[in-house]
Amino acid sequence: MHVHDLIGEALAGMLAKPVRSALTTLGTVLGITTLVVTVGVAATAGNQIVGRFDELVATAITVEVPESEHTPLVEWDAVDRVTRLRGVESAAAVAESKDSTNLSVRSNDIVDPTRVTTQSMTVLTATVGLPEAARGRMVQGRFYDTGHIRRGDRVAVIGDRAAQQLGITRLDRSPAIFIGKHAYTVIGIIGDLRRERNLSTAVIVPPTVGRRFGLRDVTRVLVNTSLGAADLIARQAPAALSPGNGDMLQVVAPPSPTRARDKAQDDVNALFLILGLVSLVVGAVGIANVTLVTVMERVPEIGLRRSLGAARRHIAAQFLLESTLIGLTGGVIGAGVGVVTVVAVSAAKQWTPLLDVRLAIAAPIAGAVVGLLAGLYPALRAARMEPVDALR
Amino acid sequence: MAEPSAPVIELTEVCREFPAQPPVRALDRVTLRVDRGDYLAIAGPSGSGKSTLLNVLGLLDRPSSGSYRLDGAETTALRDGARTRLRGNRIGFVFQSFHLLSHRSVVENVMLAEIYRGQRRGGRRERALAALERVGLGHRVGFRPDLLSGGERQRAAIARALMGEPSLLLCDEPTGNLDSRNTEAVLDLFDELRGQGLTIVVITHEQEVGARAERRVRITDGALVEED
Repeated sequence: MHVHDLIGEALAGMLAKPVRSALTTLGTVLGITTLVVTVGVAATAGNQIVGRFDELVATAITVEVPESEHTPLVEWDAVDRVTRLRGVESAAAVAESKDSTNLSVRSNDIVDPTRVTTQSMTVLTATVGLPEAARGRMVQGRFYDTGHIRRGDRVAVIGDRAAQQLGITRLDRSPAIFIGKHAYTVIGIIGDLRRERNLSTAVIVPPTVGRRFGLRDVTRVLVNTSLGAADLIARQAPAALSPGNGDMLQVVAPPSPTRARDKAQDDVNALFLILGLVSLVVGAVGIANVTLVTVMERVPEIGLRRSLGAARRHIAAQFLLESTLIGLTGGVIGAGVGVVTVVAVSAAKQWTPLLDVRLAIAAPIAGAVVGLLAGLYPALRAARMEPVDALR
Repeated sequence: MAEPSAPVIELTEVCREFPAQPPVRALDRVTLRVDRGDYLAIAGPSGSGKSTLLNVLGLLDRPSSGSYRLDGAETTALRDGARTRLRGNRIGFVFQSFHLLSHRSVVENVMLAEIYRGQRRGGRRERALAALERVGLGHRVGFRPDLLSGGERQRAAIARALMGEPSLLLCDEPTGNLDSRNTEAVLDLFDELRGQGLTIVVITHEQEVGARAERRVRITDGALVEED
């Protein structure tokens, strides 16, 4: 028997009852769709988390400056040399010390026994580029400038959470806060930080003021580079910051904050994969069932074909191919619906859809295999039929 | 190929028993010779063994004992596959209930006869159209079988049986589902085919059909008796 004839007969058999064939494919369609959507959305979402994470990692450099007994390793104005490097978007030097992490800060000098007015806050000092370097913005007011630093003005910028705790909501009356015994004018509130989130509960003062709290030397430099420049800058920054002692500086990348979420995602995926496989099995049972009914209905046709010279294997091959084609159709439709769903979900979430080409090819094949397995028993039944009985 | 001198059918002492308590002997030492160009009618009441004889003749069933030579070749010793090939190549079947596939056009139904024969695909439609022309159905080739009259359906089935020039046209109650006018048309067609040299064996219980054949045998309780 010619392969073309076999395919032609199987197609004709499948299309003889188009509605039934369409309904038969439904189980496979559901199964394959579930699988493609699960795998596709997982890959897309996974890529999204990794992508966002990467953007931060790929452009964020932190240079830790160890304490030095003699001359400071990094001067306050060294950060300007880093900013001049090609590929650096923003940079700021920060000074923090253990002594300044628990200073009492309050917003007025009234002793109110009914309220806790004194908060314990971290005081740190930084160069003027801090809002950009911490990838935040000034929620209110402004950051201090070089003029404030040069004059040693007693000004402070506080984080948005710190402002909340201190009860400072507006700056138009130049509110003051007391760090220890001294008053400082609050000129800005910094917020929406994407790096150095702990700054939102901190008080930031100019370096010239920070000396009073023991914040003499630069302890950390935050650098943001343009995409792809991080490697280069990571190598150049120590030399720019401390020409003689670059080797003593530590260049670090922030740790990954996404592991826990990955784990949760895996559990959900496993559930959906099982769901998809179950649908596939149900689809296979459906195909087996309908093919068996079809075989019983087409007993006279089987008899006719045997009388025309069809061997048992020809009969088996035809029914097997019919069920395989039904499975394949289900797989193709399922893969299509699945891909469209993944794209739709991605569009709704403003993600970049990530689809493995192998998935798009494997899905219809999986459907065909399901159809093939489901057709084994009915095809065998059809082939075993005696032509005499079939023609009766 | 067929030996030109050999008879188309040569049954010698053929028996067919069905296992039961006691065993049912559907064919009892049947001996029959059908030569090329014969037109034979096998008559008999229902239950007489007509169908069993037809199944044996059509290689659909194997005799329990005896010899069956088709075109001079012994068939009882053949394996299943060889019998199937022989059936497909040498015998054209015509059934009482036509056995046309309802979702395929008339010409596609006729073309079906060739697909298991390993014949080349080229020209198959032309051969099917020629067969339909031969039975006078050239004007109905694209129709679905269910749009045809009973007589036209049977003629389509005969066209299918004629594909590939079989040695034997084996007909099982070919007019059982037809009215008298259509019966007449089919019998006329048999006469015509017979005139073209085809060997025809018709199994029937209708007197009229039997009367048209040049040779008649009667089967009763599995035993064959030549009439006239």
